[in-house]
Amino acid sequence: MPNIRNFSIIAHIDHGKSTLADRLIQRTGMVGVREFRDQLLDTMDIERERGITIKSNTITLPYKAKDGQEYSLNLIDTPGHVDFSYEVSRALASCEGVLLVVDASQGVQAQTLANLYLAMEHDLTIIPVLNKIDLPSADVEMVKDQIDRELGLDPDEAILCSAKEGIGIDEVLEAVVKRIPAPGGSPAQPLSALIFDAHYDPYRGVIVSFRVFDGVLRAGDAIRFMSNNAVYKVEEVGIFGLQRQPVKELSAGMVGYLIAGIKTVADTRVGDTITLDARPASAPLPGFKEVKPVVFSSIYPVAADEYQSLVDALEKYKLNDAALVYSKDSSVALGQGFRCGFLGLLHLDIVQERLEREYDQSLIMTMPSVRYEFLLTDGTTVAVDNPALYPDPARIKKGFEPYIRADIIIPERYMGAVMKLCLERRGVNATFSYPSPGRIEIRVEMPLAEVLYDFYDRLKTVTQGYGSFDYELIDYRESDLVKLDILVNGEKVDALSAIVFKDRARDWGVRICERLKEEIPRQQFKIAIQGAVGGKIISRSTISAFRKDVTAKCYGGDITRKRKLLEKQKKGKKRLKMVGNVMIPQSAFVAVLRSETDD
Amino acid sequence: MSLGLYVHVPFCQSKCFYCDFASNLDLAWMAAWRQALLTEIALVQDQDWPQPFDTLYLGGGTPSLLSGEVLGAIFSHLQGYFVFTTDVEITLEANPDDVTPEKLALWRKLGVNRLSLGVQSLQDAELRWLGRRHDAAQARRALEMAREAGIANLSVDLMYALPGQSEADWLATLRDVLAYEPEHLSCYQLTVAEQTPLGKKVARGELTLPGEEEQRRLFLTTSEFLESQGYSHYEISNFARGQRYFSRHNSKYWQHSPYLGLGPAAHSFDGRVRRWNVRAVEAYCRSLSAGQAPVTGVEVLSDSQLHLEALALGLRTRRGLALRVLDHFPEAQKVLAEFCEAGLLQVQQGRVCPTREGLVVADSLALMLSG
Repeated sequence: MPNIRNFSIIAHIDHGKSTLADRLIQRTGMVGVREFRDQLLDTMDIERERGITIKSNTITLPYKAKDGQEYSLNLIDTPGHVDFSYEVSRALASCEGVLLVVDASQGVQAQTLANLYLAMEHDLTIIPVLNKIDLPSADVEMVKDQIDRELGLDPDEAILCSAKEGIGIDEVLEAVVKRIPAPGGSPAQPLSALIFDAHYDPYRGVIVSFRVFDGVLRAGDAIRFMSNNAVYKVEEVGIFGLQRQPVKELSAGMVGYLIAGIKTVADTRVGDTITLDARPASAPLPGFKEVKPVVFSSIYPVAADEYQSLVDALEKYKLNDAALVYSKDSSVALGQGFRCGFLGLLHLDIVQERLEREYDQSLIMTMPSVRYEFLLTDGTTVAVDNPALYPDPARIKKGFEPYIRADIIIPERYMGAVMKLCLERRGVNATFSYPSPGRIEIRVEMPLAEVLYDFYDRLKTVTQGYGSFDYELIDYRESDLVKLDILVNGEKVDALSAIVFKDRARDWGVRICERLKEEIPRQQFKIAIQGAVGGKIISRSTISAFRKDVTAKCYGGDITRKRKLLEKQKKGKKRLKMVGNVMIPQSAFVAVLRSETDD
Repeated sequence: MSLGLYVHVPFCQSKCFYCDFASNLDLAWMAAWRQALLTEIALVQDQDWPQPFDTLYLGGGTPSLLSGEVLGAIFSHLQGYFVFTTDVEITLEANPDDVTPEKLALWRKLGVNRLSLGVQSLQDAELRWLGRRHDAAQARRALEMAREAGIANLSVDLMYALPGQSEADWLATLRDVLAYEPEHLSCYQLTVAEQTPLGKKVARGELTLPGEEEQRRLFLTTSEFLESQGYSHYEISNFARGQRYFSRHNSKYWQHSPYLGLGPAAHSFDGRVRRWNVRAVEAYCRSLSAGQAPVTGVEVLSDSQLHLEALALGLRTRRGLALRVLDHFPEAQKVLAEFCEAGLLQVQQGRVCPTREGLVVADSLALMLSG
């Protein structure tokens, strides 16, 4: 397949990955200027707003190279966040090369490195691209030096480019053709194709994105997913233009999609191998794993009568997000809901935002938790990702919590502040390296629970935006864990409970009490808010009583105005939850999660 | 229960500092308004209102500034088109500066048997601050004249919780007013409407109103004091010397009874449908001179809207509401028990009634009971 190139663009957040992708699409004539929208590949509203890619999109670019030949350049887009690193790895496994984009003013950052390592694991050809060279703050020599020292790549091979200004785009396209090898594989072999993405189309069912390594796939073939031996009949195969373009067949080296009457994306597994039922490959492609959630939180409808609507929304949402797992949960304070597992905090944010925006749900989410493990006195071990299931303390022999290895790159002058932050967050075994003059890379082991809450925000604050952060899960370690309960007028608000490290319980308790004090409206009586561990009060705050309504006259029989006001308040109140005799607004549940730096 | 009739007189000599009611300072519109009102009476007469009326309320604006000729024409038109009960309560709102023995005689002759006097305060400084045209002496004279004229059902409007007003100032006004032994008192805490000069001053931070705690204390003091003086605190802002002096007309609003409203901005309610007239005098006149009803809004209340109103209105009165109204609100029983325990509500003879403490937060009670 000499005229095919399969590649991805990888970059630290905001280094210009999407802009470069747009520019490549535009230059290959795929889009007229009028239809051109910035960040064409990022189709979801949230992606456009946050400038990140959540769900990857793939596109095949027809390109006539300077050698006079026609090429098909398959640009496989990757999600740009650590939560989705497995999806990234599967996309990279489908490529022969990558464009490693580095912002010429910011230089190499933590995700640049993480992405580079991923690309190296897959033996990919790496083309460094220095983007944003038009910026006055661009320092091409400094960044070239970093590419040499920190990335170990040949700085002379770096392409200078400004995707925004359209500078260097032709050079990038030529480099893709010249430097990235054509895919290998043989059409004569049994079919072996790697799933790197799947999304749900309401009219066609699941659209599976894949890369063919060997063999040929045609419409009408019976395929088999090798992880679960599920068999489907292929209705359509095609390539990704700006819309899907059906083709007769996809053969070794090609990238495309298939439609086979698959009902939900959960029926497909990213990383799985597709083969033909009649003539299966001898072994699946390497690297398949089940993605496991690491962050857990419960979702409740704001109003109890919206539960069914939430059920429907989650079912629909799940069609398109195989990574989300959920099961029924219930809370005294919040009623019926779902315990959900997420790949990370960003994933959690995305799910919440999409449910609210696209599915019109009003949600209350509880405090995110990691999955703890407890060794009980009877010798059994239980995994607990929901504070409601915290075992009887008398039965706990030992607690364990997940640890990560954080990789933090900062300008040297912020070292003190960042180390202080890491120590506050129980960081241990820090090691330092000086990848280039003036910069420090800190590797430190920390409990995952400590980065769930505002760590990245704090890091950005203390480094004035210059710190970058990436992490991977490493292991479980013994930890002294307690359950912190929050009581409002003596009633436990189960949705606010959290499992916390014992020495941090008081800080948490104080912070939550103060936050709730700001959020709970005054009522007819005094409200006491308390944090408690094992029945012992460790923090408290008080809200004084509500005292007087301004009850306006209903003049001349104008009761409509009065009722409309009441209806409006009532609607607002739907967003309140009664706990005992206290009304707690939805915002209070959200506020306890909000970082102080957001204020 | 019989029907109530309201007539809105949208004219004032001057606009008070705090007022956001529909009123017009251009008295040149008076003749057109009168003609329009007479037309409206004739038009409405064709609708099927279940007469007789047992109340007639002339509100404003300032009904007391109407001349005998205009008022006479309106009354005779009303009597020509509508049926009233023999014991009809006829209220007229009057400003103290309009009150003269002649006018009082005229009003009595026309059948006015309840006078609502806009005294507001008996302190000159407060009256000036409120932008009233009268001073305390004029108010006192008006009270005396009303009594001398034989007005046997006298209601006095007062305002309190004014910036800078002490509890002693307020109680002094109350005591002075009680010397005239009014049958009825309406005591309103100053409320701030955004679009008024008062509202703008407050928004700019140039004025500070008494705090919530102070308002609450004044409210409770007022209630305790007037009840100790033999008045029944029967609605949030209203006090009467016994049940026979409860405002029969205003009670229709609180009890969700039907009423017909005539004049600009007036509202009508037939038990299911509420409609209201245009607010601007000019538009009101234009519409009627073309033979069109001046109605600008109509809403047909759903059952749940009716229940919500019944709840909110009932909680404004000590009489409260029938317990069964709460059947329409799923969370009400639980909340009711809590509020009874907190001393804000009580249940007696199949009714839910706010206590004095409950009246302080009547709006919140309605909100919470409505689930």
